[in-house]
Amino acid sequence: MIEIDDITKVYNTTAVVDRVTLTIEPHSICVIVGTSGSGKTTLMRMINKLVEPTSGHIRIDGQDIAGIPAYELRRRIGYAIQGHGLFPHRTVGQNVATVPKLLGWDKRKTADRVDELLSLFQLDPAEFRDRLPHELSGGQQQRVGVARALAAGPNILLMDEPYGALDPVIRAKAQEDLLSIQRRFGTTVVLVTHDMEEAIHLGDVIAVMDKGKLLQCDKPAEIIANPATPFVAELIGTSERPFRLLSLATVADHLEPGTPDGEPIDATASLRDAYAELLWSGRSALPVRRDGQLVGQVTLDALARLARPQ
Amino acid sequence: MSLAAAQSATSRPTWLALDKLGVLIALIALAGAALPFALFRANRIVLGEPRSLLDALPSFPAALLIGILLVGFAVALLRLPIIAKLVAGFAVLATLFVVIGWSAGYLTPEGDTFARVSPGAGFWLLVFAFALLVTDALTRLRLAPLARIAILLAVIAAATLLLWSGSWNDLSLLKEYSTRAPAFWAEARTHLALAFGSVAIAAVVGMPLGILCYKVRPVRAAVLNVLNIVQTIPSIALFGLLIAPLAWVAANVPGASAAGISGIGAAPAMVALFAYSLLPIVSNTVVGLLGVPPAAVDAAKGMGMTGRQRMVGIELPLAFPVILTGIRIVLVQNIGLATIAALIGGGGFGVFVFQGIGQTAMDLVLLGAIPTVALAFAAAVVLDALVEMTSRGVRRP
Repeated sequence: MIEIDDITKVYNTTAVVDRVTLTIEPHSICVIVGTSGSGKTTLMRMINKLVEPTSGHIRIDGQDIAGIPAYELRRRIGYAIQGHGLFPHRTVGQNVATVPKLLGWDKRKTADRVDELLSLFQLDPAEFRDRLPHELSGGQQQRVGVARALAAGPNILLMDEPYGALDPVIRAKAQEDLLSIQRRFGTTVVLVTHDMEEAIHLGDVIAVMDKGKLLQCDKPAEIIANPATPFVAELIGTSERPFRLLSLATVADHLEPGTPDGEPIDATASLRDAYAELLWSGRSALPVRRDGQLVGQVTLDALARLARPQ
Repeated sequence: MSLAAAQSATSRPTWLALDKLGVLIALIALAGAALPFALFRANRIVLGEPRSLLDALPSFPAALLIGILLVGFAVALLRLPIIAKLVAGFAVLATLFVVIGWSAGYLTPEGDTFARVSPGAGFWLLVFAFALLVTDALTRLRLAPLARIAILLAVIAAATLLLWSGSWNDLSLLKEYSTRAPAFWAEARTHLALAFGSVAIAAVVGMPLGILCYKVRPVRAAVLNVLNIVQTIPSIALFGLLIAPLAWVAANVPGASAAGISGIGAAPAMVALFAYSLLPIVSNTVVGLLGVPPAAVDAAKGMGMTGRQRMVGIELPLAFPVILTGIRIVLVQNIGLATIAALIGGGGFGVFVFQGIGQTAMDLVLLGAIPTVALAFAAAVVLDALVEMTSRGVRRP
């Protein structure tokens, strides 16, 4: 658990982060959203002491981080940034092994961990271990960056616009990877982004920041339904609200009995995808398929109802 | 008709086109062939009598040389494969160097120990033209660093073999050498110690100073400005300016004169060369460190590397090619600049250059100048290769 308690950061005379209090539950993904200059990155960088707060406290699992040496704290917290930040003169394997080496792991254990992580990110260790970062594609570099952040098995992973430099197709894939890895390790993830779509897709909790202040911190559905300020509403985009809401749930969550004709949709698809398919094919109901079996239907009427706050 | 023209154009082989640089090389070579190949002098200091290519050699080697020159001429002019140009260039250069020694033996009257034969303007122009061909071919081949060093070693081996075989012994240059061989090697040692020693000390002092300038911004402007001013002092003036303070140090600091410090000699030369080396090394260290990707530094910090671990493991290795480029600049610069040390009694190859100027004996000047140029050239090739080898992953190929 990360407890951010009344934290303020003042540069010159400007409060970049202004009295923010925020609790991040363990094993959850908290996405901090805001425009540039909102203080979101500064807030995140105070968690691993890359920025020292002017006032306030941050506790990790009850322990105030002010008492922990910065380098020691950082080795316990994964850190992945935009543009991956890989060391260009070190191989992929050496990059991933950075923190284990700092922690003094023995060679065997480090090598095994590097191979395990590369495989996890669909990078064949034999093929990629000894390559240099510039020999990889952008998506592969980004995956190595996240693998490096997770190398020593941290409980917390900080990510600063990790997908900012990726094209939409690779970004969607990277987001799915993050979700499955977070589920697998139970890591607490704090992710900073300016993209509300990404925040809604990834976040268990979304924290919206503007001009150093935390405007709202809540579950995505709540933020969409009840934006606390006009700025939050603007960030969500009023015309986008129904679709954002639909994107939060899957077809499986809202199955109705019945099997209409036509091409079925997968039960894991989001309601938004189902809505798009209904509109595009001009039908009023779609059959739903799970593991090759037709299990029910999703209807235009139900979606119209679900697209509004319940 | 246009179709036929197009067909004839495509059927013409690509090598039958003119190479742009090749035209220049051919023109220089043409001038070289027309100018005197060798100079004959009855003794060391009289004016030389020019000998043309045909007069400087017996008829058979003269014809052979002309034949080889014609082939080299054609290869330079046409758009042939680069490797053919390289081989032809080296072949012509080798022939020229062997033949000039032969010419010296042929032109020197039997038993005449006063006569001197030295290469003429034509010889130098021919060497220049075909050296241009070779360097151009080497640049275009984009050889790997180790291959370039291997070629350098082969050239050094060939030069050593040529000198060792004695085929150049009748050349004026080697006659100058043979009368002062022990002095030559002593001055060579001094020259190397001055050039490499000053760069080594400058690297040891300059790199930490550069790191300090990078870390502490106010220091950066101050240090770089002072070093900039030092760099603008003319070299002879700096050598001279150091005489007084160092003489004072030698006279007043106990043990200083015992350590070899004096107003004239190697000490002021070393200090001046060191001062000239500092700016490129310090500024390249700063520029190299500033050029390290900020994301890599941020990631290193965020993963818990201490300041020292970041500097040693990330920042210095990534800045190293740029720092090494600075060292390359000062090494080549100091190998040349060390010749001036002779003016204040510092020794080095400059001794022969200034003696030669004093005696109007150009061959003695060359005895000092040629090793200096060769050393600077070899240092540049080796360090360029090192820079490339240390840039792994830093620059995209």
